[in-house]
Amino acid sequence: MSDASLPQTAATGPRSTKPRSEAEIRAHGIDIAANPPQRALHLHRELDRVWRDAPGWAGFFTSVNHGTIGLRFMVTSFVFFAIGGVLAMLIRAQLATREGDFLDVALYNQIFTMHGSIMMFLFAIPLLEGLALWLLPKILGARDMAFPRLSALGYWCYFFGGAIIVLSLVFGVAPNGGWFMYVPLTDKTYTPGVNADVWLLGVTFVEISAMAAAVEITVTILRCRAPGMPLTKMPLMAWYLLGTAVMMLVGFPPLILGSILLEVQRAFDWPFFDVARGGDPMLWQHLFWLFGHPEVYIIFLPAAGALSTIIPVLSRTTILGYGALVAAVIGLVFLSFGLWVHHMFTVGIPHMALAFFSAASALVVVPTAVQIFAWIGTMWMGQVQLRLPMLYVMGFFATFVMGGLTGVMLAMVPFNWQAHDTHFVVAHLHYVLIGGFVFPMLAAVTYWMPLICGRWRIRGLGESAFWLILIGFHGTFFIMHLTGLLGMPRRVAVYPDNPEWEWLNLTSSIFGMVMSAGFALFAFDIIMQWLFGRRSWRNPWDAPTHEWAMPLPAPSYNFASLPGPRQPDAGALLPLARGEGLLPGAPRGDRETLVVDPGSGRPDHVAVLATSTALPIATSAAIGSFFGMMLAGQYWLALLGIAATLIMAWRWGGIMGVTHDRGRIEVAPGIQLPLHYQTRNTLAYTGALALLLADGALFGSLLFGVGFLGVVAPGWPAPPSGLAHGPLLLAALAALALMAVGSWAAMRAERLRAAPAGSSWALAGLVCGLIALGLLGVLAAGLDDPRRHARDALRGAILGYAVVHGVIAVMLALRTVMDFRQGRISLSRRGAAPAWQLFQGWWLATSAAALGTVALLEVLS
Amino acid sequence: MLIGGGLITLMICVMLVLAIRARAGSGRGERFWIWGWGLGFSLPVLTILVGFSLWIGERMLARADDALRVEAHAARWDWEFVQPGPDGQPVRTETTLFVPAGSSFDVFISSEDVIHSFWVPQLGGKMDAVPGHVNVHRLRADAPGTYEGLCAEFCGVGHPFMRFTVIAYDPAAPMPDMSEYIIEDAQP
Repeated sequence: MSDASLPQTAATGPRSTKPRSEAEIRAHGIDIAANPPQRALHLHRELDRVWRDAPGWAGFFTSVNHGTIGLRFMVTSFVFFAIGGVLAMLIRAQLATREGDFLDVALYNQIFTMHGSIMMFLFAIPLLEGLALWLLPKILGARDMAFPRLSALGYWCYFFGGAIIVLSLVFGVAPNGGWFMYVPLTDKTYTPGVNADVWLLGVTFVEISAMAAAVEITVTILRCRAPGMPLTKMPLMAWYLLGTAVMMLVGFPPLILGSILLEVQRAFDWPFFDVARGGDPMLWQHLFWLFGHPEVYIIFLPAAGALSTIIPVLSRTTILGYGALVAAVIGLVFLSFGLWVHHMFTVGIPHMALAFFSAASALVVVPTAVQIFAWIGTMWMGQVQLRLPMLYVMGFFATFVMGGLTGVMLAMVPFNWQAHDTHFVVAHLHYVLIGGFVFPMLAAVTYWMPLICGRWRIRGLGESAFWLILIGFHGTFFIMHLTGLLGMPRRVAVYPDNPEWEWLNLTSSIFGMVMSAGFALFAFDIIMQWLFGRRSWRNPWDAPTHEWAMPLPAPSYNFASLPGPRQPDAGALLPLARGEGLLPGAPRGDRETLVVDPGSGRPDHVAVLATSTALPIATSAAIGSFFGMMLAGQYWLALLGIAATLIMAWRWGGIMGVTHDRGRIEVAPGIQLPLHYQTRNTLAYTGALALLLADGALFGSLLFGVGFLGVVAPGWPAPPSGLAHGPLLLAALAALALMAVGSWAAMRAERLRAAPAGSSWALAGLVCGLIALGLLGVLAAGLDDPRRHARDALRGAILGYAVVHGVIAVMLALRTVMDFRQGRISLSRRGAAPAWQLFQGWWLATSAAALGTVALLEVLS
Repeated sequence: MLIGGGLITLMICVMLVLAIRARAGSGRGERFWIWGWGLGFSLPVLTILVGFSLWIGERMLARADDALRVEAHAARWDWEFVQPGPDGQPVRTETTLFVPAGSSFDVFISSEDVIHSFWVPQLGGKMDAVPGHVNVHRLRADAPGTYEGLCAEFCGVGHPFMRFTVIAYDPAAPMPDMSEYIIEDAQP
């Protein structure tokens, strides 16, 4: 790679503050003239009035600003980290002696289950979401995330769901089936209590926030970059987070589907996993690990992104091998979906599959190795400054490399058969997760702390915390490899017959306390920095990326004017503050940010973002009422929760759209852009596409379940079906035809939006959708009892999928009809029609595919 | 494998120290680090390792030959075994499995209720007992003796206590006394 094609932010180097020459800008492809300078203080006041949260508690509950929400995510996740850490200490206390009677076995089972679940779902994922929400708009040069209300909705779902999960521990009904919840142990027979429901419902509730964040991160990176920043030159962190978000979109749906199916089995006795009635517990393991393995990389990628950001800055150089790192990220995204079976080497997998997944698991090391050597090469090239974030980077290397190598060992089937489910695996996964996630995240926190609080840390505390954590960690987990090799399995509370394991465990326990002290000191250091640190000067690390092109602490609106090609890096701090960038100030009193073309980064339109509102918290409370009723076993009342959620979802659309056309906005001299109301390819449209990617993964997982049970599960073929084939087929075909007519109507409604016929088409589409939904109801009434056999249960699940999407399509049709009535559609404004078309088409396509699959299986059997 | 892993860890640590001590601008280019180390080093090592593991794994697989066949059936929180008795006929025993030393045997593993896992650490390898499925795992005790076994998949409150014993007897000597473990009423 020649120097000319190096990434824009990196090539200019940390110290380059001079504006680009005309030749440079022309070579870059896009030039945007600078706006005339204004008084920075005036701009600040104008923007802050529009962007800041409401004062007091009202602001706490109504904030949608990514700065507030992102920080809140991170703080909350560290609180859960502390809770999970306390549980870990209880585990270590219990295992310190071989007949520890500190906890009884039943309580111990709850505690290790909760430790794993909290660390995964309430700490790691939310922390990376919080970091992404907080950092992305700043590093990309935008004022907020693409969907501010969605950020807040995600936070409240996380908060309420996490609260349910943690409170269950207080009431003694916490999940106790291990964090991967294998059935049949977690079905109604072997876990009659509410414990498993807490996990299934609570985690699914929390995962709403993961899906929300994934959609938002994807759209923000693709559409909210600084104008003139092509995909191929964006900061590496954005590439890493884009990979993460896409993996979340595809990786979480299998888990969500598995959780729904298992909860339906527990609540309504539909036998998806009951081997006596055509189900198979192996289906749970496949769905869980289809999520579970990508999950490891979902956690690792943002951490690696932080490393790729911090290492060059603290080595006073640019990153080595930008292109290779991007290729490594893309490689990891794809490869990580081909590895899940390596968690299942001992379940009785066919011989060839073992070889394939073993080789694939080894192959995934290659992109990781590329990154490791690129980082070492970068440090070699530059001059390493061993400041606190760099210490944590060193901690990462010392830990993660070993975790990766034990991972390669575990990928080898003969070794896996010996070490699987022992403390060797426990040691390995802590090396990978603490090495590959916690150390880089601590580096990230210490690195971005000045931007968060505007203060510099107090000397000494941070270093002490680092050494305590590092020594405590290796003291705890290094010898745990040996404990496992000596035969100690996971998840045992006592080991009375094995005195040879005792000294190993005692050592681990003692060092575990040292590590805890380290984390406590870390938290103390951060609080001290926040409260008492001295004021930091701007861009204290002399970093190139845009998040440092703003005053400290970061203002509510990020940039007084948005960075364009003439403000390529953090050196443009003053011109940006004076409004020389794009879209300066908030002269219209709206929260405005720029939207660009996904590939080239050419400015496309101006999006008006949502302001503070209580709708997100109210919506998540409505969703929570559904989960709460399900948890309480009040299934009929849960319908009220669904109704409340639908009402809230309807209100969500209320602020979208305007009743009159607005003029174009001059974002820079000579560049006039439309507002998003008058554009078709809006942020919301891109978001809907991202959501459909996740939806497709969910639907694919469901079809995988149909195929898997039909082919692999014992207990097939299913008993003869009592279906009235003729009438039901007729009803299904009629429903499909109506969905197709609805799709046509949605298209006509948009095309004829300026004519009176448009409104009529929308109404016709709505009626078609309603009748199709009614026909699906007829089908539901005609199905075999889903409790009889997994085949019948799967048909019920497929029908449920169609009904849910029918409700979404009908609501969008209704919204379009209302948009016509309320004058929110004109020649240049399209209202909800484009989104309606997408979901109506999706409803039609998935229903047709589902009917085809069911019919095919019926013919074959 | 452990030694190789240790050497690689050590190598990375040395590289890091050198990288920290290196003067600015003294490093090698992208070709050296990405192609040389990232791909040129990792790919051959992994290829050799995977090949070796497949070769070993092949020998561990159960295949259709005349190896002795025994059964292990897991139920919360106990193990039942079926193996040849003193008269050569299969007998059912509780918590203890008797096999001849020095020859391979296939364990047919099944479960009554939840997922368990059959593991005798000293004999190597483990295999899950999954309801509705029968998994086969090939083992071999080279010398006569008593080997401790345990359930390796979490299965509820009795999991830590779900132990069993494998007694490998000398096939040339008289059979050990199994009577204390035999379950009378259940004839396979």
